[in-house]
Amino acid sequence: MTDFDLTILFAGVVAGAAPIVLATLGETITEKAGLINLSLDGSILLSAMAGFAIAFETNNILAGFVGAALVGALMALVVAVFSIYLGQNQVAVGFVLTLMGRDLAYFLGNPYSRIQGPQVIPLSIPPFDEIPFLGEVFFRHNLPVYASLLLILLCWWYIYRTPYGLKLRSVGEHPRASFARGINPQKLQLLYAICGGLLVGLAGATFSLATKPGWGRPQGAEGTGWIALALVIFGGWNPARAAIGAYLFSFLQVLGIYFQGWLPSVPAQVFQVAPFPLMIFTLLVMSFAQKESVQIWAEGKAHVKALLSMFSGMAPSGLGKPYRPE
Amino acid sequence: MATPLMNRFEYLTRHSWHFLVTVVAVFFFTALILLITGAPPLAAYYHIFKGSLGSWLKFAHVIKAWIPLTLCACGLLFTFRIGLWNIGIEGQVMMGAIFSTAILRLGLGSQMPSMIIFLSIVAGLIGGALWALIAGFLKTKGGVNEIFAGLGLNFVAQGIILWLIFGPWKRPGVASMSGTEVFPTQFWLPQLASIRLSPPALTIVFVSLILTALILRYTKIGLNLKAIGSNPLAAYLFGLKPAWNMVLAMIFAGGFAGIAGSLQVTGVYHRLLPAISSNYGYLALLVAMLANYNIWLAPLVALFFACLNVGSIQLPMALQLDSSLSGVIQGALVLATLGIHGWRQQRTKGIAHSAKPKEHEI
Repeated sequence: MTDFDLTILFAGVVAGAAPIVLATLGETITEKAGLINLSLDGSILLSAMAGFAIAFETNNILAGFVGAALVGALMALVVAVFSIYLGQNQVAVGFVLTLMGRDLAYFLGNPYSRIQGPQVIPLSIPPFDEIPFLGEVFFRHNLPVYASLLLILLCWWYIYRTPYGLKLRSVGEHPRASFARGINPQKLQLLYAICGGLLVGLAGATFSLATKPGWGRPQGAEGTGWIALALVIFGGWNPARAAIGAYLFSFLQVLGIYFQGWLPSVPAQVFQVAPFPLMIFTLLVMSFAQKESVQIWAEGKAHVKALLSMFSGMAPSGLGKPYRPE
Repeated sequence: MATPLMNRFEYLTRHSWHFLVTVVAVFFFTALILLITGAPPLAAYYHIFKGSLGSWLKFAHVIKAWIPLTLCACGLLFTFRIGLWNIGIEGQVMMGAIFSTAILRLGLGSQMPSMIIFLSIVAGLIGGALWALIAGFLKTKGGVNEIFAGLGLNFVAQGIILWLIFGPWKRPGVASMSGTEVFPTQFWLPQLASIRLSPPALTIVFVSLILTALILRYTKIGLNLKAIGSNPLAAYLFGLKPAWNMVLAMIFAGGFAGIAGSLQVTGVYHRLLPAISSNYGYLALLVAMLANYNIWLAPLVALFFACLNVGSIQLPMALQLDSSLSGVIQGALVLATLGIHGWRQQRTKGIAHSAKPKEHEI
């Protein structure tokens, strides 16, 4: 692994980021509507298992993706119903589902452990795949990867450029005001929790059918759900920026593989753990950049301000506070 | 809110009724899961029961799992009281184990092994508390949500353990996932051979329970944690310092978790291994939730969870099932409890709405 090819590197980044992008987009939509689905790590694993098992049993990749998406939606539905209609703490329910989803996945997936199964076939898009560099980086992948790229644009457009997106944001920012405008915040939050869950489920299937084909204990997707949750914050609840975060993360992951080859004396564990201190550090920088004193200090310093604006982004003000009808 | 004695009976029957519904719901849910995999549910339940309470030896294993679970639950009551989600408790257990191992390694040549064991437990407490302190400062000074800070630190702690086992503390000859070299027996926490349990470890747990109850109920610290937890803004206006109290709660939680980690090294495995924390920290979060954050219910719930954990170890051998069934049952129990709790709240709220004047009579 000593040879170094930029084209292969970036193609790897785009392919590796696909499930993370999908999960991050899903969670962004859910959180934009004001609901936190903390169960991501468990949801991804359970849907990865379900996707692989269904695809294996039916020998139909599409069925695997559909099944996985439904599993993701079901997990999100539990979080939504418990918090919106039963008044329970979202974080509590989400955390329980994180652990339970993982255990369910290991338990139900036991018979499918370490077996050869179907996986997504590569699909180049002519004539774009002939473009030098860009062709290999973007157009020689498989359908889930293309879907992840398209969905970034679609999510951004939906949230910021359509009347539905406006309603979605209003519910997350100010549910009481949107209620006064004739919107039912509870229904919309439920809807977008399910939409987000569908994407998270697709992320799971992308892991087990494309990115890291197969199932096992551990699958290799463990911990990604938490990364996706942190990326939503990094993206300032903007799907496009969160996706950029996912690509940066994937870039570091791929780079880590290269480094492992270059520095065999450094234990592999260091590279596996590295994303997490980085996650803390990023969140720390974000919080620092948003401090009032820092903002005042940056006033008039154009470069510093530009740098800070990269880390800005406010949470929807209704995030995590379920709306209660009077 | 004092419940009149007359209502006490009604309260208890209603609660046991809800408890029954929860248990039946979880029973059927688990049976369904087992049927999906084609396993006989009753046989699975039987193996869990026999594997945990079938003999004294098995029960001794249950107690060995109960000890760290209860210690972690004690610690979590502090952080839950002030409204913090100390997910980092898993890493705090690991850090306790690491510090404890370090002291034991330093004291290997010593003539006073019991002194070294004592010091290693103290070191474990400090290690856990320090790791919690980092998460606490990240939260209060750095503005990083304690869930992300804690979770990140868990992975870091796991990485440190792996690095130690494969690096500086590797066994002479071959380093492997089985951990560091086993300590000589004089550095093991004393255990009564007749009951296969360690009196010092049990003493530590009981003292921790009583200490937690006393601090939370009768000291100013406990009062402050509760005041800030229930209304941070009001507490701030009263001159209480939320940030300082959060850090304090984290130190308590980390301390108890660190002791748990230390006992895993000194009393159970006698070495450091990658799975030293055995997910007891995460599980203790469920214990505290299911016990409704009650200090006296927590050890009972922990005992039941420990039974499930130890009993399900039999499943792979007996029925070719994955042992994670215990986690499924535990999660389902907490979910069902939350669901029924929420359903009851919604219902009583509905009643309160329809019969509003009555509220004033009570």
